[in-house]
Amino acid sequence: MNPEFLLSAIIFAPSVGALILALLIDSKNTEAMRLFAFATTAVTFGLTLVLWLGEFHADAPGMQLEVVEPWIPTWNVYYRLGVDGISMPLVLLTSLISMLSMGASWSITKHVKGYMVLFLLLETGMMGVFLALDFFLFYVFWEVMLLPMYFLIGVWGGPRKEYAAIKFFLYTLAGSVLMLVAMLMFYFSSSSSGAQADGFNLIRLAEAATAGTLLSPEMQITAFIMLFIGFAIKLPAFPVHTWLPDAHVEAPTPISMILAGVLLKMGGYGIIRIAFPLCPYGAQYLAYTMVAIGVISIIYGAFAALAQTDFKRLVAYSSVSHMGYVLLGLAVWKINEQTGETMNSEYWQMGLNGAMFQMIAHGISSAGMFFMVGVIYDRVHHRDLNKFGGLMGKMPLYGGLSAGLFFAGLGLPGLCGFIGEVFVVLSTWSYNPALAIVAASGVILTAGYILWAMQRVYLGAEYKGPHPEDLTPMNIREQSIAVTLLALAIFLGVYPVIMFNDMTPSISRMAKAAEAGYQQSADQLNQDEMQAAQR
Amino acid sequence: MLFDELLDKLITETTSLSLPGFSVELCLSATIVAMLMMRLVNLDRFVPASVTAILGAFAALIFTWLQFRQIGAADAVVSQKIFTGLLIHDTFTVFFRAFLSLFLLLTIALTSLTGIPDNEDGPDFYALLFGATIGLMIMASANSLLMLFVGVEMASVPSYAMVGFLKGRKPSSEAALKFVVYGAGAAGVMLYGISLIAGVLGTADMSLLAIRLGEAAAGGSGGLSDPELRAVSLGILLVMVGLAFKLSLVPFHFWCPDAFEGASAEVAGFLSVASKAGAFGLLVRFALALSGAPGTESLMIAFGVGIGFIACVTTTFGNLAAYSQTNLKRLLAYSTIAHAGYMVMAVSALLVMSNSPKAASMQIDINRSVEGLLFYLFVYLFMNLGAFAVVAIARNHTFSEEVDSFKGLVSQSPTLCIVMLICMFSLVGMPPFGGFFGKFTIFASAFKAGDVHWFMYVVVAFGALNTVFSLVYYLRVLKTMFMDARPADARPVPVQLGSLESIYVIALASFVFLLGVLPQFLSATAGAAAQSLAKF
Repeated sequence: MNPEFLLSAIIFAPSVGALILALLIDSKNTEAMRLFAFATTAVTFGLTLVLWLGEFHADAPGMQLEVVEPWIPTWNVYYRLGVDGISMPLVLLTSLISMLSMGASWSITKHVKGYMVLFLLLETGMMGVFLALDFFLFYVFWEVMLLPMYFLIGVWGGPRKEYAAIKFFLYTLAGSVLMLVAMLMFYFSSSSSGAQADGFNLIRLAEAATAGTLLSPEMQITAFIMLFIGFAIKLPAFPVHTWLPDAHVEAPTPISMILAGVLLKMGGYGIIRIAFPLCPYGAQYLAYTMVAIGVISIIYGAFAALAQTDFKRLVAYSSVSHMGYVLLGLAVWKINEQTGETMNSEYWQMGLNGAMFQMIAHGISSAGMFFMVGVIYDRVHHRDLNKFGGLMGKMPLYGGLSAGLFFAGLGLPGLCGFIGEVFVVLSTWSYNPALAIVAASGVILTAGYILWAMQRVYLGAEYKGPHPEDLTPMNIREQSIAVTLLALAIFLGVYPVIMFNDMTPSISRMAKAAEAGYQQSADQLNQDEMQAAQR
Repeated sequence: MLFDELLDKLITETTSLSLPGFSVELCLSATIVAMLMMRLVNLDRFVPASVTAILGAFAALIFTWLQFRQIGAADAVVSQKIFTGLLIHDTFTVFFRAFLSLFLLLTIALTSLTGIPDNEDGPDFYALLFGATIGLMIMASANSLLMLFVGVEMASVPSYAMVGFLKGRKPSSEAALKFVVYGAGAAGVMLYGISLIAGVLGTADMSLLAIRLGEAAAGGSGGLSDPELRAVSLGILLVMVGLAFKLSLVPFHFWCPDAFEGASAEVAGFLSVASKAGAFGLLVRFALALSGAPGTESLMIAFGVGIGFIACVTTTFGNLAAYSQTNLKRLLAYSTIAHAGYMVMAVSALLVMSNSPKAASMQIDINRSVEGLLFYLFVYLFMNLGAFAVVAIARNHTFSEEVDSFKGLVSQSPTLCIVMLICMFSLVGMPPFGGFFGKFTIFASAFKAGDVHWFMYVVVAFGALNTVFSLVYYLRVLKTMFMDARPADARPVPVQLGSLESIYVIALASFVFLLGVLPQFLSATAGAAAQSLAKF
């Protein structure tokens, strides 16, 4: 297959599937619709595997397989796609989680056709976000996700679905509007410097930022704050995370898997792909704030999770806590205030690697945890932690698989959650030992709420809640989803290099460019100060 | 020059230039006459008025297309004064003619689908509709303060009658009366403003206003301490009041929700799109006519900023007031107010940028602000008409326009609901629908105008903030349609896929989608129209 076509195929295969599904398949034939939608996600997953194994070169740091077609020439908007070591693992994760959660969508029985169509459109939006290299295109895909997500939560969700759906929508839209303003800042500053044709080109904009010609240091701080708020909402980081527990709890199980597994990663991806490279000075200037927000998210999320009695809400808060590590790892960028040089650059890169790995690991473990919660909810129709118990005896396979996935979330060595956390905490030590200690102690809290939850749900003598007669063993479909996720959690925990190989070159390239960009802006500021002093 | 020489010149000019340039309006006038004559001889029993009207509107569209081709063939931006300088015939005018004739065609199609008016009233209704459209076309092509007033009145008077067209319905008559009283007041104020401007500057020709203004400002301080400038400023302010009434900007918006609620959805759609479009065409011409006079730059930038402030207030008010509405037409009326605010942001950016000292170097951005406005208007046509069409079609089945009557409609006619979804998401400004690109271009030009005056950044901030505000009430409607259950006693709305109604609304929605995915075609045409106004 033509490699340039491959990226577009990955993005639009789900949409084409959605179109065929909407027009050609009879809406009474539920099983056919499910199988067709699953086949579409499987084909998409296959395409991303072809991309990863066949076309992607792990050792090349730059963008690969770039596609450039003019889209709106008068505004210099291009249909520009590409993949590098930062987006490749996330693309794989997206297609995998989409396929697995489509597999989990057999539990959806209401308006199946609408569900499947929206689900597939959502996948197009997610893929587009990770593959777009034009800021305008990125923004379009970013927004395209909102519409299906709103309806997926709002129509197929739980009792407070409408509240949760609109809250999710409002938060994200508020963030993306800020992103839009930042986008205009970049566009006009590059057009005033004569590089109008590159006004939305993320690669060229990043290069201009490295050379220090994109935005002045003050403007970088403004732009970075706007971008950061937009992405932090999605991440979600501490003060703007409140949409997440509602959305996760009310969404149907497969959509919770997508939300936790993929959508949250877009926040981290946006920070590392757009915010850092385009405003390195702003990023460094706010590094301490971000580290602090990350640490607060870790601790706050963990404490909040401890206090929950709703099983799904507990998992949701654990996401807040775990995504705090992502933010922490991204932000541990330490600078020598006198010279503007980056201190211990290799530790920052380690933090970036750890953050990226944490995103992948959390994508797998939290999707798995939500799926496990969904399996039991489908059977007994409640999620009250105090009304479970003894599931290990009634459903031994389910109990075992759940234990594995929850331990992966906990960060047990040998499972995927461990690698990311340990990388991040180690690199934080070089940034600020005190904060590293606080962040590390978050692991104890995590262990606390996960073990306590497991004790209340799986252990104990007998099941105390309603519908004990419905505790049937998992069927083959459920088993295969859970086994796949657990196998991946173990595999990534034992052999993380498979991801690091892809990520490291691109990440160190990004880090070096950001360091150079910071240096330029800092020099510029020093010169301005010196001139002011001479006057 | 002898009298008959003058007469000869006038006749040749009229026949060779003015009348061809006016062909679209003439075609519409001929249709009015034809419809009324046909009723006189009872022909309308065999050929319904709606058919004649559709043919007339279609012919008008063809004439516009011919004009477009003619302008394109000349391979230069044509700007031709016709009727001894009363009107101007350029790409901008033709763009508006195309816009208005297309809209006329779509509105007539909608009215014949929904059956308002009935066959008996058809000729009257369509005559009013056509008359208003001619007025709007004159507004968009006015080159004289006199024509400005004539255009506004010609568009307004039929609108009053159309609002009250549902005879025997009390709210309808009440709405029409409110509209008339308000409109008459605004017209008087505007006429006073015109007389002030024309009196001080000694001309009603809009292409001369900037030069005369510059002469009046020469030697003076260029500010409001100069008595001549003070009088002109007051005049501008009063004309703006008249236009603000047409655009339903806060604080001249009070008629809008009442008129929309009282009028039928078809008329409300006409008022919210066409009437706004004509007023915007006029506002752009008026703003540009006064721009660029040496010595008055800071005064005009102040006007631009003032309009920007009005825009902020208008969008915010419109969006917030829409929250509590239970009648869908009233909700859409407030949404119209808010959207007029977004579009006025482009005019504000236009005024601020064309009066900056750097105006010559910003010509591309000035053009883009007009282009953004024109693009937005075109998208607005489809998305707003789509929303009103869904309301009108559903009303024919449920006899209600309350939001509650749309509860769970998706289970009965998913087509209508999906069209409403596309239109409303486009109204919010979500990609991949056309509303996003329109909003983007307007915000971009306002942002660029921030280089000239800092307040334009505030305007952008308000625009962005309002996008978030507006989401809530649009989503409330969609929530009602998609997530609530259809009450058992609700009247069914059996609009099946493949019926004429569904084809009509799907066509509108697909335009909304196409304009979002492939905006460059329209944006290039709008750019050419904007170019024809360029001063540098």
